[in-house]
Amino acid sequence: MTSHERIDIFPSRMNLTIMKTRLKGAHKGHSLLKKKADALKIRFHSILKKIIEAKQEMGEVMKEASFSLAETKFSGGDFSPVVLQNVSKAQMKVRSKKENVAGVKLPVFEVYEDGTDSYELTGLARGGEQLNRLKKNYAKAVKLLVELASLQTAFVTLDEAIKITNRRVNAIEHVIIPRIERTISYIVTELDEGEREEFFRLKKIQQKKEVMRNKQDKIRRKWQEEQEKENLPVNQTPNLLADDEDEDLLF
Amino acid sequence: MGSFDLSEIFYNVDSGYLEGLIRGFKNGILRQEDYRHLTQCDTLEDLKLHLQGTDYGNFLANEPSPLTVSVIDDKLREKLVAEFEYIRNHSYKELGVFLDFIKYSYMIDNIILLITGTLHQRQLSELLTKCHPLGTFDQMETVTIATNTADLYNAILVDSPLAPFFKECISEEDLNEMNIEIIRNTLYKAYLEAFYDWCKEKGGATADVMCEILAFEADRRSIIITINSFGTELTKEDRAKLYPRRGKLYPDGLIELARADDYETVKRIAEYYADYRPLFDGTGNGPGDKTLEDKFFEHEVTLNVNSFMQQFQYGVFYSYVKLKEQECRNVIWIAECIAQRHRAKIESYIPIM
Repeated sequence: MTSHERIDIFPSRMNLTIMKTRLKGAHKGHSLLKKKADALKIRFHSILKKIIEAKQEMGEVMKEASFSLAETKFSGGDFSPVVLQNVSKAQMKVRSKKENVAGVKLPVFEVYEDGTDSYELTGLARGGEQLNRLKKNYAKAVKLLVELASLQTAFVTLDEAIKITNRRVNAIEHVIIPRIERTISYIVTELDEGEREEFFRLKKIQQKKEVMRNKQDKIRRKWQEEQEKENLPVNQTPNLLADDEDEDLLF
Repeated sequence: MGSFDLSEIFYNVDSGYLEGLIRGFKNGILRQEDYRHLTQCDTLEDLKLHLQGTDYGNFLANEPSPLTVSVIDDKLREKLVAEFEYIRNHSYKELGVFLDFIKYSYMIDNIILLITGTLHQRQLSELLTKCHPLGTFDQMETVTIATNTADLYNAILVDSPLAPFFKECISEEDLNEMNIEIIRNTLYKAYLEAFYDWCKEKGGATADVMCEILAFEADRRSIIITINSFGTELTKEDRAKLYPRRGKLYPDGLIELARADDYETVKRIAEYYADYRPLFDGTGNGPGDKTLEDKFFEHEVTLNVNSFMQQFQYGVFYSYVKLKEQECRNVIWIAECIAQRHRAKIESYIPIM
């Protein structure tokens, strides 16, 4: 591990405490995000299942709807241009709402009918029965389409959210936590190192002191022995003023 | 055959060539055998190949693949229009009037489309492409000049070939207030009555054949309108105004129909008439059952085929157009079934011969 993979910080005890709190925070965040990711994933799978169901149903419904259009054209002639010209506003409208799933806002579309059937009498003289069926089939198809659109948008939004959450979870798990851990272990090593150094220094000083004491002891004993030899009292101090053997100094 | 009057002596002088032509065209109408081939196709390309073996020839030859149903529809219609226009251009005097009557029904659809479009301020160019080519008339493009309904009524509609029908039954105010579908049906009613009266006046074999067909058409409209109006906002009085007063149901049946409240009542009324009773029997909405409209179509086809049994009359022209229209619908139906892979109902076209 290179050194910049840890936080650039002075290895002190205070920083160690700070780092430890940060590690705890990171773990907490990790577990929370993990829970969020799991919740989103559960939702995601249920939506996926619904989408598959809706799509399969869609195929059927659309097939039926377009076939009933063919049926109506067969018995009622080509009525679509007149209907098209007569339309001034949408009868079915879509309202969008927001749903909250683990902090992610999912758009939900809702169909509602605005106004009454504006073209009730179409096909009065020919093909009215088929036309009614056609209307019903297409209304069903439109409703399903909106539902599918809502699911699909939720799917995309959730997908994005899950990706972001997973990225965060992974970042915390594989980058932030290891980095903090490395910082902590760095601080701990540095502190240990300092401690060892201190210990060693103390030892060394003790050793030096020991050596010096031994030396002094030796000298003292030697002197004592000499004193004993000369039958002098051990604790007799030499006269500082007795100038016996001093040689003259020549400059 | 009807009374042998002077017009039949000169029939061949004026219209013999065209009748021969129509009878020739009629022989080109797809037969049961052709339909059997068509229903066995797997793709639209196969369908095209089979159609090449019929009188349609190479009508789809220049179409780039992939072929769509709407292209086939356009081409089929184009062919019918070309044939009809040829006949119309060569027709003489009374036959011309008769053929114009046939065109009026398409004109009604077109003018309804144009009025609707104008009231909602749509582009004319967009509307014209959607009009049925058989129903085009010179004044059509002027419809959009009108900015309000008063102009539309006073300046434009009175000039169109449909003016008599408008004058008769729709006032200026109606144009604003009435549901467009009711205007259409009112116009159609006026048209049917006028056509019927014209044929009746013409007399002879034409009257024999055409009155039968038009009476059926009128009755069919009355019955279907009644059935379709159940559950809608259309009141009984308004409904009664839409019944064409020329069919076999007129006057007793129509009075009864105007009072009807449900399908069963309509059925009971129809049972008094020997022609319509079998049509109501055995109809249903279940799979495999024929709907009432299918039965009506079948009956219409029978009447139209029968009109070829008589000579020296104009009915053949009307019948040919109607049969051809039915044939177009049949081919489109089969094409749709093939395109949508919905083969279960492919057999429910209306066989012609």
